[in-house]
Amino acid sequence: MINKPAQQQSSLAIEGLCFSYNGKKALDNVSFSVGSGECTVLLGPNGAGKSTLFSLITRLYDSHIGKLSLCGFDVKLQTRQALSKLGVVFQQTTLDLDLTVMQNLRYHAALHGMSGKLANQRIQEELERLSMYDRRLETVRQLNGGHKRRVEIARALLHKPALLLLDEPTVGLDVATRHSIVKHIHDLVSEHKLSVLWATHLIDEIYPTDQLVVLHQGQIKAKGEIEDILKATETSSINDAFKVLTQGEER
Amino acid sequence: MNMLHYWRAMWGIIGRELWRFVKQRERFVSALVRPLVWLFIFAAGFRAALGFAITPPYETYILYEVYITPGLMGMIQLFNGMQSSLSMVYDREMGSMRILMVCPLPRWFLLLSKLIAGVSVSILQVYVFLLIAWFYGIEAPWQGYFYVLPALVLAGAMLGALGLLLSSFIKQLENFAGVMNFVIFPMFFMSTALYPLWKMKESSEWLHHLAFFNPFSQAVELIRFALYGQFNSFAFIYTLVAFFIFMSIAVLGYNPSKGMMMKKGGR
Repeated sequence: MINKPAQQQSSLAIEGLCFSYNGKKALDNVSFSVGSGECTVLLGPNGAGKSTLFSLITRLYDSHIGKLSLCGFDVKLQTRQALSKLGVVFQQTTLDLDLTVMQNLRYHAALHGMSGKLANQRIQEELERLSMYDRRLETVRQLNGGHKRRVEIARALLHKPALLLLDEPTVGLDVATRHSIVKHIHDLVSEHKLSVLWATHLIDEIYPTDQLVVLHQGQIKAKGEIEDILKATETSSINDAFKVLTQGEER
Repeated sequence: MNMLHYWRAMWGIIGRELWRFVKQRERFVSALVRPLVWLFIFAAGFRAALGFAITPPYETYILYEVYITPGLMGMIQLFNGMQSSLSMVYDREMGSMRILMVCPLPRWFLLLSKLIAGVSVSILQVYVFLLIAWFYGIEAPWQGYFYVLPALVLAGAMLGALGLLLSSFIKQLENFAGVMNFVIFPMFFMSTALYPLWKMKESSEWLHHLAFFNPFSQAVELIRFALYGQFNSFAFIYTLVAFFIFMSIAVLGYNPSKGMMMKKGGR
């Protein structure tokens, strides 16, 4: 196991987190952190525990063992402060298909307590960045998969969160759209110092500058910079490293 | 975290629900067709079979259509409450419930806002129904149309809270058909919506007791009395208590460490 010391300014800090369903461990003593302005990729095969971890970070479930904090706020004890720092793009589309792009975004802005004026201004900023502003009056049903995802990313950023969670956001999209979304997120990290935790099982979405956390069967198999992980596993590509880390331990 | 945030969020939730309702015209039409079929067909047919002695709040002999109208108003709210619970189960499966749950406000407040949004939609439906009924010749005293508003708010809230409670315990969308069979139909038929309590007593003492303690009966009576400018204090207290009980269990059901999430066996 490769360890990297937790950074002082963590956007997300997880310590000794455990969670089980019906006695079966879904997460086992998970600890890692996402530093401010870092893009951390949470890599793991299907069923590794990624979605469970996201449900705990967003407090859909509570864990009785371990500690989870967002920008220094304990998710269980200071839930509202913690959640106000968080933007989320879930795996499934969570937009109202019958409402327009604008209505969907206004709804989200209202949930975060923004005034109408501020909401309009932020919506324009975020949609323009994704070249979607001209389509704001269309209903979501009229948009293709890639455009829906862009709207969801814009929505997650409306309230200027410190940490953006992305749960396999590119699933089901074509290669060109996937690349443009991956690039957009990395631009946000480098230009706006946004912290990102990106769950995926697609290795080609990882940038060399990303931090990596490999999750397998609920346990962290490696974490840190890509170069260090390659060295420790004596491999030359993430693909090979991933194989080494996740092989031979099937339960 | 200030009051303005709460206020904006609540309006956001209500606005979304109203927009969705306006956009889904079929839902609006079907919500109206159901009680109208009962009024125009069922009640018209039963008019001959059922005779009514003078019974409060009515001051004279009434037609069956007049009797059944408050029951159908309750029916609209009952279906609406269950429909919003259906949409919550759907939202949960589809994930849009998560967007609501991830926003930085207390969960009880989010559920209450969702409830108020549902009640607003149901009240809109009830008034459109009352307008059509008025053209059909069913007229209440004009003040009644104002008095009935707070009664509709409470009745709608109680039935909506029941829907929320059910939605927190229904694991999958498929189980919703069971709600129709085990909640909506028994609640509706075992109530004073279609026949008065004393009439039930004539046929079955048991049915009479069940109907009396059925919160839907008390909600219907609250509406019935209010529509005729009267206040039924027992029905009011009964409905209010039922609301608090249902709402408390619903909030508990959505609690991340106690409720439905943990029912899957998560720890």
